[in-house]
Amino acid sequence: MRSYIIRRILQMIPLLIGISIVNFTIMHLAPGDPVNLLVERNATAEQRERIKELYGLNDPIHIQYIRWISHVLRGDFGKSFVDGQSVSKTILERLPYTLYLNFLIMVVIYLIAVPVGIISALKQYSKFDHIMTTLAFLGQAVPSFWIGLILIYFFGLKLDWLPISGVGTIGLNMRTAGFWATFADRAAHVVMPVAVVAFGSLTGVARYMRSSMLEVIRQDYVRTARAKGLPDKVVIVKHALRNALLPIVTLLGSELPLLFGGMVVIESIFSWPGIGLLSIRAILQRDYQIVMAINMMGAVLMVLGNFLADLLYVVVDPRIKYS
Amino acid sequence: MIDIERKKVLIRDSYGGDALTPEPESYGKMVWRRFRKHKLAMVGLYILLFMYALAIFAPLLATQSYEAVDPPNKLKPPSMEHFMGTDHIGRDVFSRVIWGSRISLSVGFVAAAVAVALGVLIGSTAAYFGGRVDDMLMRFTEIIMAFPTFFLLLTIVSIVERSIFNIMLVIGLTSWPSLARMVRGQILSLREQEFTEAARALGATDARIIFRHILPNAMAPVIVSTTMRIGGAILSESSLSFLGLGVPEPYPSWGSILNAGRTYLLQAPWITTFPGIFIFLTVLAFNYVGDGLRDALDPRLKD
Repeated sequence: MRSYIIRRILQMIPLLIGISIVNFTIMHLAPGDPVNLLVERNATAEQRERIKELYGLNDPIHIQYIRWISHVLRGDFGKSFVDGQSVSKTILERLPYTLYLNFLIMVVIYLIAVPVGIISALKQYSKFDHIMTTLAFLGQAVPSFWIGLILIYFFGLKLDWLPISGVGTIGLNMRTAGFWATFADRAAHVVMPVAVVAFGSLTGVARYMRSSMLEVIRQDYVRTARAKGLPDKVVIVKHALRNALLPIVTLLGSELPLLFGGMVVIESIFSWPGIGLLSIRAILQRDYQIVMAINMMGAVLMVLGNFLADLLYVVVDPRIKYS
Repeated sequence: MIDIERKKVLIRDSYGGDALTPEPESYGKMVWRRFRKHKLAMVGLYILLFMYALAIFAPLLATQSYEAVDPPNKLKPPSMEHFMGTDHIGRDVFSRVIWGSRISLSVGFVAAAVAVALGVLIGSTAAYFGGRVDDMLMRFTEIIMAFPTFFLLLTIVSIVERSIFNIMLVIGLTSWPSLARMVRGQILSLREQEFTEAARALGATDARIIFRHILPNAMAPVIVSTTMRIGGAILSESSLSFLGLGVPEPYPSWGSILNAGRTYLLQAPWITTFPGIFIFLTVLAFNYVGDGLRDALDPRLKD
């Protein structure tokens, strides 16, 4: 096991180097002189040259890359070209909001999708199964921003039940309003974003659970359990379910970074102050330092997520050898 | 060793030369017969025919130009004059949606074509040459796959000039890696199958094996995935346009019409409702058709 982990980590190193090079190259293909973001519009050529020298923009690209990557390895993504703030600090300020939203979304997805998938599999081709299949297709085809706007229109604007933007009411916190009022306020803010993303991804996880369960209940050991007269409940819960859950556990690892990427649209609709909103702002302002940092983080998360998924697979399924 | 004459007889027999067995059905006919049985796929096909008809006959169907502004008549609800109401500068939403179908459908089609061309080229090159070429191509594919697709898309779109053509290209350029992997995997596994081995044993040339045995079998999943990818590309374009980074004004795409209506959600919900329905129906139709094709093209599923 240990040698497997070490080998996998070693394999990740060239991949991460490749990712950083591609990332850096894309950003440096960007047209327009980044120095324009750094100087006043009426700056003289001399001032521009000084700023360029100061930021090392005159150095050859590979020198710039090495300087950038050596800072990144120390957790320093440089300073924003737009407001001069430390990029790492800005991202760390936003990250908790995205993680908080992502965590709730994952909980909701798995809490609903797993039982739904199991029932669909046990009652294959029943009415329930057909409805779920249809919903799965709908969930994949509906644009999330459209569902978001519909929810905002009905529940936010027409009925005025739910707040339409932000994480919570400004000024309302534990000290001013007490625990329960704060809790209710935060919950009300999070309902719609969670519902929108969950609807889009839930059906996919449910389908996955369904096919995993279908595969397991056809196995010999399930038939054996039935043949020796065990009650249906025991067969399903003890023999089938445990095995059918294996691939679902590993799905967690690969699902996480995907959700991370899908946050841009949702955070933009609900003005959720996380990484997604930050990235769209950075892109519109051409704040390449931030864009590079977010892309790098997203890619690293994806690589780690895949690694985690493979590792979980090995951990939960004793039949798989670490080769 | 079988002599040539006997081999010919054997081959003729295997094609059912006697009067009792019916003429073998052509592959295309069989696929169509099986596809027709998939009800939802047929519904999807009709929806797509309808959407493409809208796109082709847009100049005849649209009641106005997509860029004709009429400020006094802004934010008007649907009426006989404006079937889908008007937007914030008085443009006719119906005409914009009709013209938008041209843009959205072509973006979807071209983007998917770019992705498939790249995916098939890179995947089959890797599988064919193997060794170091395979290694390098697959490592590169992995690198691109590591980036969250939509982030990468946003990043590249932000640095290129905003035009419809660039949007198509960038969506295509960011979505080929999974296809390349799939094609490579398909070819590698087909190469080891018994029928390929049999063909080789019978003395078939490399070209014959590739074009006659491997590619036709590898194409089925590519066709299915292309169909679904067109829907996916339409969704990507509309998300981009929704964020204001897609098709530039005044050109209408379903996503950009929606984006324009976002600010007027309460006063004029029709601006966002109608393009949303079009996106949703089209993507759903592509997914259903893809699903139907998957069943119809799979030779292992007997009817």
